[in-house]
Amino acid sequence: MNNTALAARPSSFDVNALRRQFPVLARLVRGKPLVYLDNGASAQRPIAVIDAVDDYERHHHANIHRGVHTLSQEATALYESARDKVMDFIHARSRNEIIFVRGTTEAINLVAQSYARPLLQPGDEILITHLEHHANIVPWQMVCEQTGATLIVAPIDAHGEVHFDAVAALMSDRTRLFACAHVSNALGTVLPVRRLIAAAKARGIITLIDGAQAVSHMEVDVQELGCDFYAFSSHKMYGPTGAGVLYGREQLLERMPPWQGGGEMILAVTFAKTTYNGLPNKFEAGTPNISGVIGLGAAVDFLQALDRGAAHAHETALLAHATAALRQIPQLRIVGTAPDKASLVSFVVAGVHPHDLGTILDEDGIAVRTGHHCAMPVMEFFALPATARASFAFYNTFEEIDKLAAGVERARRIFV
Amino acid sequence: MELNDLYRDVILDHNRRPRNFGGLEPSDASVEGFNPMCGDRLTVRLRLADDTISDIRFEGQGCAISTASASLMTEAVKGKTRAEALQLFDRVHKLLTDDAATGADELGKLAALSGVREFPARVKCASLCWHTLASALRSGDPQALPAVSTE
Repeated sequence: MNNTALAARPSSFDVNALRRQFPVLARLVRGKPLVYLDNGASAQRPIAVIDAVDDYERHHHANIHRGVHTLSQEATALYESARDKVMDFIHARSRNEIIFVRGTTEAINLVAQSYARPLLQPGDEILITHLEHHANIVPWQMVCEQTGATLIVAPIDAHGEVHFDAVAALMSDRTRLFACAHVSNALGTVLPVRRLIAAAKARGIITLIDGAQAVSHMEVDVQELGCDFYAFSSHKMYGPTGAGVLYGREQLLERMPPWQGGGEMILAVTFAKTTYNGLPNKFEAGTPNISGVIGLGAAVDFLQALDRGAAHAHETALLAHATAALRQIPQLRIVGTAPDKASLVSFVVAGVHPHDLGTILDEDGIAVRTGHHCAMPVMEFFALPATARASFAFYNTFEEIDKLAAGVERARRIFV
Repeated sequence: MELNDLYRDVILDHNRRPRNFGGLEPSDASVEGFNPMCGDRLTVRLRLADDTISDIRFEGQGCAISTASASLMTEAVKGKTRAEALQLFDRVHKLLTDDAATGADELGKLAALSGVREFPARVKCASLCWHTLASALRSGDPQALPAVSTE
């Protein structure tokens, strides 16, 4: 291998100080320092998030919005302050536009069932792209089955790139809704969402952006994007699992019927008629994941305190380093080579099944995702059953990527 | 726990050159096995002469453990009766999952799979083909069988 290309490049970003804020990064896996490169599946938690959840569980837990007693008021204040934090984080206009859900999947299902289902008629179309995660495919297929609408899929090219023209050409008078990923989870492709949203809006098409892979990597401003809905998960942005956000334009959310019935979402119930609560409670039936949402609020604080420009620059350097290092390995092919990518690399090595590669890397303490990444149509497009995916966070280092490259080479030698 | 124990030479050899790989027409039983977690997919086809497996072949795609296990299985059960093959399935299943399993010596080449039990995430890879075979053998009308899934 060419050592000049693999030499760790200096970075002004203080990665080691940052790493100390993530306790799990100090542990050993199979006797080796953990090299966590599965951030696309779930990112690790900083102490600030762990402490926020811990503090709530120890000192403030009660059900929210229900009691006049002190604990309930404290829990409610913590939960609702997370809503304000998320509103600021994505630059929403109003806290009423922030709906807490279990995650991206639930957010998309909510829009499919509450917005799209009452609206769609046979002959109407929903437009998505070929590189969507199953969570941005299946809810639309379900609502198409329920309404007789048709799902239209915009193509990708051999680099895994989504071209504006190819998608815009499929927007028609029949298109009611356009949904796409901000960043592809399987390939890392960053989609031209701003232009796509503008094109959809010009035709009166409602837009939903799956931001699960984006919010941890880039600043998201929903007003600047101009989308109608934006969905993301807490655990991919350093918060707890089981919490997520649906952003929706208030005007649309107002018109939408509740998705689930129950407590919290009502004003008054009689057996004759129930009056629904206003936003955002209308969409938050039942006791929510209070600690998860509080943890999400802490994750937002953590990210807001970070120099996100520097973090992004570091991630971009990691991607360049990983791409260069992996390309030196014989028989290795990077899958997804769009010019604009978030910091993840999907790849295959001829003769080495990704599953075997995952086991061999794990022996070195290296965690990568192997499989179809819940994006089977993408795998089918590239005629692959699976890939290995290394997805980076700002706490990863050049040395870790060198370990990955060495581990992949070691695996290759076992099988050739 | 050693990688060498998982990827033994026998496993690597059967992965590189899987035996009895391909279609089998006509066949008396054809069952598809699927591991939705990793996308492994294989089809086991066999011919029965009276109650004996006279021929067996498999095809599909999977990791080295899955491919080698299927290859070794086809070699091991060819010529065996249904009951003998099912008995072997039980013993292999024990070998893959039970730390106290003994008698690996009697399993011949199949004993090479014993390293898998140290890697719990990979047991499904090794057992998929066996579950698929067992499903084919246990059914009265194997052609009508649904696909086997590890989930």
